[in-house]
Amino acid sequence: MNLFVVNEVGVRIEDVPILSDVSLSVNTGEWVSIVGPNGAGKTTLLSVMAGLQKASGSLSIDGRNITDLTLRERARLLAYVPQHPEIPPGMTVNSYVLLGRTPHLPFLGMEGSHDFRLVEQVLEQFDLSSMGQRTLESLSGGELQRCHLARAIAQATPIVFLDEPTTALDLGHQQQALDRIRLLREEHQVTVVMTMHDLTLASQYSDRIILMSKGRIAVEGKPAEVLDPIRLSELYGAQVKVLQVDDHLVVVPSVSKENP
Amino acid sequence: MPVRQLLGGGAAPGPMGVGADKFRVPGLLIGFLAVAVAASAGLLIGPADIDRTNALKELLDRLPFISVDSGLSPIQKNIIWEVRLPRVALGALVGGTLALSGASYQAVFRNPLADPYLLGAAAGAGLGATVAIVTGSGDGVGTFDLVPLLAFVGALIAVALTYLLGYSSGTQRSPAALLLAGVAVASFLTAIQTFIQQQNVETIRQVYSWILGRLNTASWDEVSLLAPYAFASGLLILVYRRILDVMRLGDLEASSLGIRPQLVRLVVICAASLGTAAAVAVSGLIAFVGIIVPHTVRLVAGASNRVVLPLSILFGAAFLVFVDLLGRSLASPAEIPIGVITAFCGAPFFVIVLRSSKRTLG
Repeated sequence: MNLFVVNEVGVRIEDVPILSDVSLSVNTGEWVSIVGPNGAGKTTLLSVMAGLQKASGSLSIDGRNITDLTLRERARLLAYVPQHPEIPPGMTVNSYVLLGRTPHLPFLGMEGSHDFRLVEQVLEQFDLSSMGQRTLESLSGGELQRCHLARAIAQATPIVFLDEPTTALDLGHQQQALDRIRLLREEHQVTVVMTMHDLTLASQYSDRIILMSKGRIAVEGKPAEVLDPIRLSELYGAQVKVLQVDDHLVVVPSVSKENP
Repeated sequence: MPVRQLLGGGAAPGPMGVGADKFRVPGLLIGFLAVAVAASAGLLIGPADIDRTNALKELLDRLPFISVDSGLSPIQKNIIWEVRLPRVALGALVGGTLALSGASYQAVFRNPLADPYLLGAAAGAGLGATVAIVTGSGDGVGTFDLVPLLAFVGALIAVALTYLLGYSSGTQRSPAALLLAGVAVASFLTAIQTFIQQQNVETIRQVYSWILGRLNTASWDEVSLLAPYAFASGLLILVYRRILDVMRLGDLEASSLGIRPQLVRLVVICAASLGTAAAVAVSGLIAFVGIIVPHTVRLVAGASNRVVLPLSILFGAAFLVFVDLLGRSLASPAEIPIGVITAFCGAPFFVIVLRSSKRTLG
């Protein structure tokens, strides 16, 4: 079932087309990765989908046009984690994750015991309970990433948008972050849409990949359908190979020995 | 809204301490104690020769169900109730208002250098007061004095002008555009004020005295003039304290959580500017309080606006009452301008806190 539909969306900034005529749909419970070379429009598309960037065309969630929703209603349906979230100086992990409850509170109201309980559960799921009183700036990159994800999950929305969630993480933390998202997706029935640079990870975790180029969707489909080495070489301007390792696809650069 | 909610958090925190802030309750207790100590000192100490024990009895006599004969003469009683008490009350109101306004400006602009005069309130008030003084419309004393009125109006016009300029600059209504508009408006109004001052050198001493800030003309009239604005401004900002924590995430992330950052900024700026304009109108320009007090609170009690905002009111109030006491005691019977004392006492104290704290400023 189509949960989120993007219809002929376009964005121009200073008369430069950033997105042109983008249409796509996301099904309930699906994990969709948006990939593409730098400047393809991945981040812009994600922020348009999250309702944070003005665009032509239309977006609907669960059959309702997104422009008919108030900002708070939208925030109860869509959580968004930017590529480089703000790290407010001196803010504790507890306070940061608790901010995720904002759309569920009366505008000038305060959190209740239900919000505290829910956040405690989320902190436990993300192994953050023991560091609740620590400030964000004292955390490692991996711990910080867990905080950002925890805040998004505390927002308790059916859809989560993640912009490059594994950027600046080492191999182990990348895998841990994506495994955690997969687990939460199953536990909370969350639909995930994320942008990724790493095509191998995108193929391993996503149900579907949308490959973008120059502000348009070049191709979309199951990872095996999208990750064609000739197409990737053309779009990325680099020689790549797509290998099959066990059940997964691995995209690797193909370095020519003749042209070091 | 219950007082506990207004001063601190909402429901009781969960068993694992989510939502708990270990500094909130002790901070509030210490803050109220600091106000009580500063106010008592302000009432008991002064150039008039009044026995402190008798002065204390006089204070206790006014409490409900307590009757004590203080033995003070009517003049001495008058000094306590009509000179010292309004001065303490005005100092507390001005200090609390400026510290809260500074803390809220720092929160909405996410700029640690923001102070209550950031959007031109000081320059506008300075121009208004100068016009009133040089035209002979006011001498800074009395109920019908035009100095506070024109200072108040000048401050509000300056902030309104800044807001209109900053939000019509075509730069997507960014806070930076607003700050730059504030700099432009303040420079322009200061230039006019300086020009008027230069053309009327005979009043330069009066203008200069107003600019340095003072509480020596405090009366119940001025207290009643400031109190409604101070309470309305304070109440509105305190109600927004959780939202101001959301604003610390930046406009994009605040929007993704269902908050309209520009609307929040407008409401908080209006409330803080109203309080600042009223405070400046009755006390002149008292610098430093709006920056140092909130940052000291942050360094000691953490960066959450749920704690910083209420504690800034209490410690701002205590701080200004205390420095006013120093200003009128150190060179008694002469008075040192309060603006000089705030910087003289506040700067070293702040440096000590800054060096000893492991916390970061935000």
